[in-house]
Amino acid sequence: MSETTGRTIVLDGQEVSFERGETIFQVAERHRKEIPTLCYDERLDPFGGCRLCVVELEGARNPVASCTTKAEPGMRVTTRSGKLEMHRRVLLELVASENREVDVDELSGYASQEMATLVDRYDARTGRFAGRKSGTSRPDDPNPFIKRDYENCISCYRCVRVCAEQEGDYAISVMNRGFETQITTEFGGLLKDSSCTFCGQCVQTCPTGALADLKALRHVEIEEPVEKTRSVCTYCGVGCAVDIMTKGDQVVGIQPAMDGPANEGALCVKGQFAYDFVHHPDRLKTPFVRDDHGRLVPATWDEALDRAASGLLAAVNQHGRHSLYAVASGRAPNEAGFTLQKLVRAGLGTSYIDNCSRA
Amino acid sequence: MSNPLRDMEKPDVIFCIGTNMTECHPVAATRLKKAIRNGAKMIVADPRTIDLVGYADVHLPLRVGSDAALLLAMAHVIVREGLVNEGFMRERTTEAEAFLEHVKQWTPEWASTITGVDAALIEEAALLYGRAERGAIYYTLGITEHICGVDNVQSLCNLALLTGNIGREGTGINPMRGQNNIQGAGDVGAIPNNYPGFQPVTDPANQAKFQKAWGRDIDLEKGITKVRALERAGEQIRAMIIDGENTVVTDPDREHCEHALKSLDFLVVCDLFMTETAELAHVVFPATGFAETDGTQTNTERRVQRLRQAVPPPGEAKPDWWIISQIARRMGFQGFDYESAKDVFNELCSLSKTYAGLDWDRIEFGEYQWPVPHEGHPGTPRLHEDGFINGRGIFKLINYRDPAETVDDEYPVWLTTGRRLASYHSRTQTGRSSGIDYLLPEESLEVHPDDLAAWGFQDGDWVDMASRRGSVRIRVSSTTRSPRGTVFSSFSFNDVPVNILTGSGYDPVTDTAELKVCPVRIRPAPIGGDVAAD
Ligand code: SF4
Ligand code: SF4
Ligand code: FES
Repeated sequence: MSETTGRTIVLDGQEVSFERGETIFQVAERHRKEIPTLCYDERLDPFGGCRLCVVELEGARNPVASCTTKAEPGMRVTTRSGKLEMHRRVLLELVASENREVDVDELSGYASQEMATLVDRYDARTGRFAGRKSGTSRPDDPNPFIKRDYENCISCYRCVRVCAEQEGDYAISVMNRGFETQITTEFGGLLKDSSCTFCGQCVQTCPTGALADLKALRHVEIEEPVEKTRSVCTYCGVGCAVDIMTKGDQVVGIQPAMDGPANEGALCVKGQFAYDFVHHPDRLKTPFVRDDHGRLVPATWDEALDRAASGLLAAVNQHGRHSLYAVASGRAPNEAGFTLQKLVRAGLGTSYIDNCSRA
Repeated sequence: MSNPLRDMEKPDVIFCIGTNMTECHPVAATRLKKAIRNGAKMIVADPRTIDLVGYADVHLPLRVGSDAALLLAMAHVIVREGLVNEGFMRERTTEAEAFLEHVKQWTPEWASTITGVDAALIEEAALLYGRAERGAIYYTLGITEHICGVDNVQSLCNLALLTGNIGREGTGINPMRGQNNIQGAGDVGAIPNNYPGFQPVTDPANQAKFQKAWGRDIDLEKGITKVRALERAGEQIRAMIIDGENTVVTDPDREHCEHALKSLDFLVVCDLFMTETAELAHVVFPATGFAETDGTQTNTERRVQRLRQAVPPPGEAKPDWWIISQIARRMGFQGFDYESAKDVFNELCSLSKTYAGLDWDRIEFGEYQWPVPHEGHPGTPRLHEDGFINGRGIFKLINYRDPAETVDDEYPVWLTTGRRLASYHSRTQTGRSSGIDYLLPEESLEVHPDDLAAWGFQDGDWVDMASRRGSVRIRVSSTTRSPRGTVFSSFSFNDVPVNILTGSGYDPVTDTAELKVCPVRIRPAPIGGDVAAD
C-alpha cells in the first residue's frame, strides 16, 4: 500500500486512490469496472435496494452493496468473481420472473433498457422462477403522457426517489412490501389528481419501462431505428439540453440530456411532452403574399422575397431610413436576431430594432 | 442572472419576488427545492398564494405593484438593525450614505399601508435576508412588468449591495429570463441602444468599430423601442419586419396594437404558423423551428448552447437567418452572404466583447457562460466576483410610485396576469401539442371564493371582465390562490385575449408595459349574448 497518501483502496488487485465521501461504486466506475446496478441513479441518494451491485470486501462475511458503502482507506475490494456473478444472475432471474415482460421498446424511456440489457448480459432469461408476478398496472389512468404498467415494476423506487429528491414534488410513493409492493399516488388515484407535474422524470429513470413515455410509444410501429440529436429545449430561459429522438424524418420523442449543463437531466412537462407542434399540419410550408384581392396566397420564395424587399425599400425610399422598424424574436436562435439587427444597422444605418422583452 | 443555475442549491436564504417559478421555470425551481431540503430558508413575495409559497418560511402577500414600498421597508429594517455589510459597502459601492439616510423614513408600518402586508412580516423577512450568510434574490416579470420596473430592479440591487450578497456562490440578483432566447436577443444587439455584446450605440468608438466592420455610416443615436415604434406606426414608421413574435396577442392593449400594424404601408412576418400577427402581413415567410434548425441560444445564466437540426423542416420552410439575409441582399445590402448558421455565429463572436472568446466549435458542449473575453478564457459563471464592470455598485434612491391605474369605484378589482405551467405564451406551440389540453383545457379567471360569493357568482360562471381599454368573457374559478380583491388570468388563450385589457402604462426608462397590474370590473355575462361592447 502507498504510504504517502493513505487514501487508497485495492480494487481487483490494483491500488487506486479515492476522494473522501466516494462510494466503492463511484471509485470502481471511475476505473471502468462494470458493476451491474438497477436501483442506482447517480443523481439520487444511494438506496441499496436491489443488491445487484454487491462486491466482496476482504474481512466482511457477506458481500456489500457498493452503491451505498463508502470507500475507506485500505479496503480490498473484488468486483468480479464466480460467486458474485452467480449471485447477480440469480437475482436477475428472480426480478425478471416477477415481471410480465422483460423486453420493452426503447421509446419507453431513457433508462428503460437497463433491466433487459442486464438480463441478457447475465443470460438470466431462464424462466426458472416463473410464477408469482408483482405490481398492478393502472390502465385506468387516462393521462396522455405516462404509462403506468406496474406489472413490469421491480420495486427499485427510482421513480419515487427522483420525484422526491430531484423534483421535490412527492407525487408518488410506495405502498406495501414484497409481492404486494405498489408504486402509487396518494389515495391510489390518478396522476392528474396528485401533485404530479408530468415532468417525466420518473419515466426517464425507470429501468424496466414500467413507467413509460406514452407519447413516444405511439411511434413504435415506425420501422426505422431511433436516432438521437442533442439540442436545447426552446420553451424557457433555463435552456435544458435534450435529445431529440427521431425515426427517419419524424420526431418521435424527447429525452432529457443527463449531462445537460443547465438541467443535469431534468425537464418539465413542456420540454418533455409538448413537441409535436413540429409536425403539426398548421405549420407554414411556403411563403405567402397578399394578392390583388387582399388575400394571403401561397407564393414562391423568389416572388415573396422580391415582394418583401421592394415593399420595404419603397417605404425607405419615400419616408427615409427611419421609417423601417424590425422586431426580433426572443424565441428564434441568436443568428436570427443578429442578422436582423445587422439588416437595420449595416443596411440602413439605424438602430430601429427591438425584441419582445418589453411585453 | 448574476449567478449560475447551479448556485440555486447553495443559498441559506432565498428571496423570490414576482416569480412564479414552479410554473414558469419548473426546472430551476427544482434546484431551489433542493436548497430548501438542505435547510435553506425562503421568503416569497407575491400577491397570490402560488405553489412556491408552500415551500416558503415567510410569505409576503403584497398588493400588486407595491414591490418598491416593500423593498424600501426591508432596507429600512436591515439598516436599523445594523445588518449592513459595512466592509462591502465601503470597498465596492458608492452613494451608500445617501441611501442609508433615505431609507430611515420608510418604515415597515408605512409600507404596510401600501402593500397590505403586516409590518411584522416585513420585519421578519428583512431580518431573515439581512442575517443571511448567502442570500440570493430571484425575480421575473412580476418585478419588471410595471411602470416602475426599473425602480423595482434597482431596489433589489440596493438590498444586495447593502448586505454584500453578490459576487459569491449562492448569492446574487437573478432575473429568470422568460423566453428561451430573450437573453440572446439582447446579446446579439437586437435592441435599440446596443450593438452586439452590449456595446452602446451612443459611444463613438463603438460606432467607428461597426462602421468599419459593415462599411457604412451608422447613427450615433439610439433607435426607438417597439412600444414607440407601434405608437408611430402609419406616421414615421411605415414598414416593419417582425420575426417570430405574435405581437397582436402577447403585447398589451391589443386593439391599439392591431390598429398600429394595420396602418403600416408594409409588414413582413416570419413565423412557424399563420399567427394573428402574420394574418396582417403583406408577406409571410415560413421559418424553421425547434428540431429543424442549426443555431445557438443563450440561457438565463448566460450559457451559450447549440441547437441542432434533427429532421427536415416542413415544406419549404427556411431558417430565420437565411430569410433575413435574402431580404437584405435583395434590398441591395452588402455583407449577407452567409452559408450557414456557423458563419453568422462566428461573425457575432468576432464583433461582440462578451462572446469574443467563443466560436461555433468551442460551444459544442455548451460549457461556456459569457463574458468570455478571449480565446482560452474559461467563461464567467458568476458575475461581479472581483468587482463590478462599471467600477462600483451604485445605490439608487428609489421612491414608491402608484401603478399607472389604481382601483376605483368604476374598476374596483386588481387584475394581474401571468403564465401557467402547461402552456406557453400565445400557445402557438403548446396548443398544438397533443395531450396538453388534458392538463389545461381552457383559461379561467382565478377569484377568491369570498369575492365570488360577495359578487354573486358561482364557480364556473361566465363573466365579462372590462378595463378602460376593452372587455373579455371568461369563466371564473374559485381558488384561495388569489387574495381577496385581486384576480388572475394568463394571456395564453386566444379565445380569452386578456391583453385587450392590459397596457395602462409603461416604464419611463425601458418602455416595458405594465402587464402585471390592471384595474378591472367584473359583471355577469348575459346568457347567450355577445361580449359587452365597452
Ligand atoms: S412525472 Fe414528475 S412529478 Fe409526476 S410522478 Fe413522475 S417524477 Fe413525479
Ligand atoms: S415503476 Fe420503475 S422506477 Fe418505479 S419502482 Fe418500479 S421499476 Fe423502479
Ligand atoms: S444498485 Fe446498489 S443496491 Fe441497487
